Amino acid sequence: MSRVVHRFTRNVPDWQPRVTPVDLAKASPEQLDALKVTPSNTKVSDYVLVLAHDPETLNVRSPLFNGIMYDPGGLSRAERELGAIGASVVNRCIYCAAVHAARHAQLSKDTAVTDELFANGEKARLGARDQAIFDYSVKLSQSPPAVTEADTTRLREAGLDEAEIVDLILSTALFGWANRLMHILGDPVRKDG
Amino acid sequence: MAQPANPEASPWLGAAASAAQSRSNIFEMSRQAEGAVIAPRDPGGFPSDWRHAVAARIATLNALPDLAAHYLAGVTEPALRGLADPNTAGRDDRERSVIVFMDRVATQPRAVQAEEIEALKTAGVAEADIVRLCELNAFMSYQCRVLAGLAVLKGASA
Repeated sequence: MSRVVHRFTRNVPDWQPRVTPVDLAKASPEQLDALKVTPSNTKVSDYVLVLAHDPETLNVRSPLFNGIMYDPGGLSRAERELGAIGASVVNRCIYCAAVHAARHAQLSKDTAVTDELFANGEKARLGARDQAIFDYSVKLSQSPPAVTEADTTRLREAGLDEAEIVDLILSTALFGWANRLMHILGDPVRKDG
Repeated sequence: MAQPANPEASPWLGAAASAAQSRSNIFEMSRQAEGAVIAPRDPGGFPSDWRHAVAARIATLNALPDLAAHYLAGVTEPALRGLADPNTAGRDDRERSVIVFMDRVATQPRAVQAEEIEALKTAGVAEADIVRLCELNAFMSYQCRVLAGLAVLKGASA
């Protein structure tokens, strides 16, 4: 098990399932539909093959995920990623944090924010707007969720409008979901070679 | 705080009617996801009644009494109602293992280790059911945080 990655990184690791993935050759029609497997697209990750054990949920979760992270309007794409990273830091989902830190760096054309996040975790010091967003996502990700009206006021003072705050709540909450699949059902492992 | 909710009503109704109307499609998809984890066509080893009780338990662990009441109202089997109380363990060894796991994933996901998944397998939980349990738990985490965040947002704008 020495290949398991324990530190936050932007280098996306491999993911080693703790539950046997569905065997594509034996998948039911409902599983194949949820996997979106077509004759021209037969490459499916182990993670999605594990989730295919519950095809009904997988089928509704994928469009919901895409809507929350990519629908136009509201909070910027990079700031939605920041909410996702806040949740992933609290829940210590190394794999999710890597994917979404890499995406944040790409969207914002800047690695400084995620460098600081990974160096200092929940105590990271960021610019005012990023700080308000990150701190909010960390508090919402506690169990039970710990946000108060003062946290919402801080978001408004940092310039977020109502629709942007709704998007931050959604992207942070979505990663409370994603982390509880990715971090619980498998391990992040160093890529071979 | 929010006014007492009708426990029979969908918990997403208030969200869709509030500040969040710009994302009404998201709330419709969230309602569908709730159906998939709480009352699935193929529930595997965990029937819908059991799922309602555990959803109420997770809502209580997240300090959301209205949401807990909503799920508890859906529990028809009296013997299952006890599971909605976080101070109650399961009724046999297998269920106790499952409930310990569900509480851990709900409240301390960062601490969950590979051995805990192995313990479920040893207790006789099928691999497909382990995934179903995680989806139920993970969805509840999402729903609790969306509703908690929106309730505070609504309060702050009043």
